[in-house]
Amino acid sequence: MEIVKPAMAGTLESSDAQIMVEPGENGIELFLKSSVMNQYGRQIKATVLETLERLGVKNARVTVVDKGALDCTLKARVECAVFRSADASEKDIPWGGAVR
Amino acid sequence: MKNAVGRDIPDFLLQNGREVYQGKNYMDGKYLQKASPRTRRYEKPQESKLVDSIADALRQLGAKSGMTFSFHHHLRDGDYVVNMVMKAAIEELGLEDLTIAASSLGAAHDPIADYIEQGKVVGIQTSGIRGRMGEVVSAGKLKTPAIIRSHGGRPRAIEAGEVHIDFAFVAAPTSDCVGNCRGIGGKSNCGSMGYAMTDAKYADHVVVVTDCLVDFPNMPASVEAIDVDAVVVVDSIGNPKKIASAAARISQNPRDLMMAENVAKVIASTPYFKEGFSFQTGVGGPSLAANLFLEKFMDERNIKMGWAIGGICGPMVEMLKKGKVGKVIDVQDFDLDAVNSINQTPNHFEMSASQYANPANKGAFVNKLDFVVLAALEIDTGFNVNVLTGSDGVLRGAPGGHPDTAAGSKVCIIVTPLTRGRMATVCEHVVTVTTPGDCVDVLVTDYGIAVNPLRPDLIECLDKSGIPHVSIESLKEKAYSLVGRPDDLEWEDKVVAVLEARDGTILDVVRKIKPYTLN
Amino acid sequence: MIPRPKPERFRLRRTMMFMNAQKPGLIKDAYIYGCDSIMLDLEDAVAENQKDAARFSLYHALKTIDYGGTEVIVRINGLDTPHWQEDIRVCVAGGADGIRIAKCESAQDVLTVEKAVEAAEEEFGVEKGRTLLMAALESPKGILNAYEICAASPRMFGVAISGGDFRKCMQTKPQPDGVDMLVARGQMLIAARAAGIQCFDTVFTNLDDQAGFEAEVLQNKAMGFDGKSLINPKQIRFVHEVFAPTEKEILQAEKIVRAYREQSAAGVGVFTVDGKMIDIAFIPGAERTLKLARACGLWEGDLV
Repeated sequence: MEIVKPAMAGTLESSDAQIMVEPGENGIELFLKSSVMNQYGRQIKATVLETLERLGVKNARVTVVDKGALDCTLKARVECAVFRSADASEKDIPWGGAVR
Repeated sequence: MKNAVGRDIPDFLLQNGREVYQGKNYMDGKYLQKASPRTRRYEKPQESKLVDSIADALRQLGAKSGMTFSFHHHLRDGDYVVNMVMKAAIEELGLEDLTIAASSLGAAHDPIADYIEQGKVVGIQTSGIRGRMGEVVSAGKLKTPAIIRSHGGRPRAIEAGEVHIDFAFVAAPTSDCVGNCRGIGGKSNCGSMGYAMTDAKYADHVVVVTDCLVDFPNMPASVEAIDVDAVVVVDSIGNPKKIASAAARISQNPRDLMMAENVAKVIASTPYFKEGFSFQTGVGGPSLAANLFLEKFMDERNIKMGWAIGGICGPMVEMLKKGKVGKVIDVQDFDLDAVNSINQTPNHFEMSASQYANPANKGAFVNKLDFVVLAALEIDTGFNVNVLTGSDGVLRGAPGGHPDTAAGSKVCIIVTPLTRGRMATVCEHVVTVTTPGDCVDVLVTDYGIAVNPLRPDLIECLDKSGIPHVSIESLKEKAYSLVGRPDDLEWEDKVVAVLEARDGTILDVVRKIKPYTLN
Repeated sequence: MIPRPKPERFRLRRTMMFMNAQKPGLIKDAYIYGCDSIMLDLEDAVAENQKDAARFSLYHALKTIDYGGTEVIVRINGLDTPHWQEDIRVCVAGGADGIRIAKCESAQDVLTVEKAVEAAEEEFGVEKGRTLLMAALESPKGILNAYEICAASPRMFGVAISGGDFRKCMQTKPQPDGVDMLVARGQMLIAARAAGIQCFDTVFTNLDDQAGFEAEVLQNKAMGFDGKSLINPKQIRFVHEVFAPTEKEILQAEKIVRAYREQSAAGVGVFTVDGKMIDIAFIPGAERTLKLARACGLWEGDLV
């Protein structure tokens, strides 16, 4: 998928993460801030990058502000932000396909 | 050198007879040479000890660079006194190389972080360290490693002369003109002043800081004029709203309540739950809520609690007033109900920190405790508890009376949710051992109960009462299955804090954390 | 991925606890409180501009979290909204046990949802018929059409009344004696029993009024409800206590089932237990009592 316009998903509540995606040109530029950076920073990075790859996002600036979200929440927030950026978040989501 | 909880203690710390932790009750029966305080004589009658300002008191009593100043933490997050004193010493007198020896430090003391960064404060000895100060110390900016002690370990260290206090500052809600202090009757009341008592007896100089001067004699005094050199009256010693909350309310959080009920069930399953039993609980959500369920079991069995100690707040005072508990003895008060009750409600008494928890005297209150209910930031599969460092390795907690009550009590119950956000509370290895596993008996979480295999008697009690329990390993696995196994923290060699066991041996050290950054 | 067993159409459903599907902290382990079913809400709890986010969050929760034996039902948005079709797709793809149809007013509404569910089962390769349905009646029309709704589909396991909207339609408010919804509850119960499905009462929203809550639960039990929707875990225990059978009921049920097995093996159809005439009509009730007793931890036998 292509990041068409800036989009956001998630909140700054505990156990959640706020993801912002913006159009980019130099591959994936990831900015990560997390309340559990020292223990889970690597895993969060891996989860976010895998999710973007599954969605076929090649170029984007991605900002993650994590408040201790579980992996399943991180995935959900990244996906929602990406689909929102393409105005495609409301229907015909490929559940079990690119979203899994 | 490895100690009894498997922690590697660097050799440079093991000098002058310092030993590593060797297990519970290792020092039992040994003799201790107490330090004799050096104090100034005031033979000539003084009309008053009032001094105009903190700076004047420091000047008159000969404060110098390199000295150790002590404080107590009854004003909690509302305290102004630590910051006022350090500001006067550093900015007005130009002192340097100072050490702060406080019973605890907290959110109110963020400005001290600046003095640490400037190198003016070079030593910190405390139970609690949080906020910016915790971050600055964790980042290795304090010149010497911070020394972290429990509430019982602190009076032990003072009495043994391991901490020599040059100046003790007593934040007093009321004082008379010669320094008889009380925790009530003023505008910034804190109730018990138990943590200040040993300081006042052992310091070279004692300066009372009050915002409410009352007529002589201010009786019964918590800190007595015979130990006080000077009295300074200031506009305000603290923010009353943050000193004592209106009333500690029992949590309505269903998770807390579920755990609290299980705590009460565990207690009620043991033979120690009988007429006259003794009890201490923390003020955290599930710990405090345990009161509520315990009362139900007490009513059912028609028994009363003999006595309770603590940190005290409203719900326990309420039980005292209802006659459900015989006596309440406290070293600190957490809310206005407790502040207004101490020494007022019959059978509600004050005690010193040494009387409460010191392992080196002839028997502190904690040694007679049947049950204690405590929280944890982390607990590992060896039942070792961490209440000092976050799972990110940064200092942000306080052992407080945790290690003392755990060691003294017959049944120590830790109550904590299995995970907090993405942090596994039950884990393989705690970041820092603040309470050794041989002092911890039962763990109650929202996903199940585990009993320390060192206590087969308690396992039998739970089984007989039909209370399900699992191994602590299975709880750890469940936690990791929920949040993922955390990566190991990365540390530098530099030791930023030394964690002293209550008996004075070294339990653990905290090193400088290497923060993880992308790329 | 956590494989979930095939949902049972008829199972114990004393308590169904609502929670916002959009709140990660809530949905991650709501099962620990021991409710029989959890109701992940895509409807009223989720703001209009977060419906999409809630579905992503729901999908991964369903796929990742081990809810164990707790039933997982999803409340979808009403058929008058633009959301319900995607709601159904995500429920079926994620493997929810059941779907609660909001604001259901006719058998046609059930059939409309059923068709979409079938299409989704086909699309996502889910066993046909796996996804159960229940209907929430929230309007006078829904109550009047209760029987046709209850009987509309073999996927239907139950029906519930939704007090908030219904009382608004009726221009009334909650009354201490329940008179405001007495007729509606009664009509819905009759319809559910006639159609052979379960029946659940609405939520009690004033968490500070424990006495009012308890009175309502006692009335629910007396009227014959199977269970109740809840908004807070602290409400679970009382419902389970009230819906638990008494010791006497359990003993009686055990005797009836045992005697029936013995007598029917000997070819006897009608017999007496403790002086009461018993025939086959008593058996389902007695078996239900024993199953309920087991779920409540009051009985450990193996008769049922």
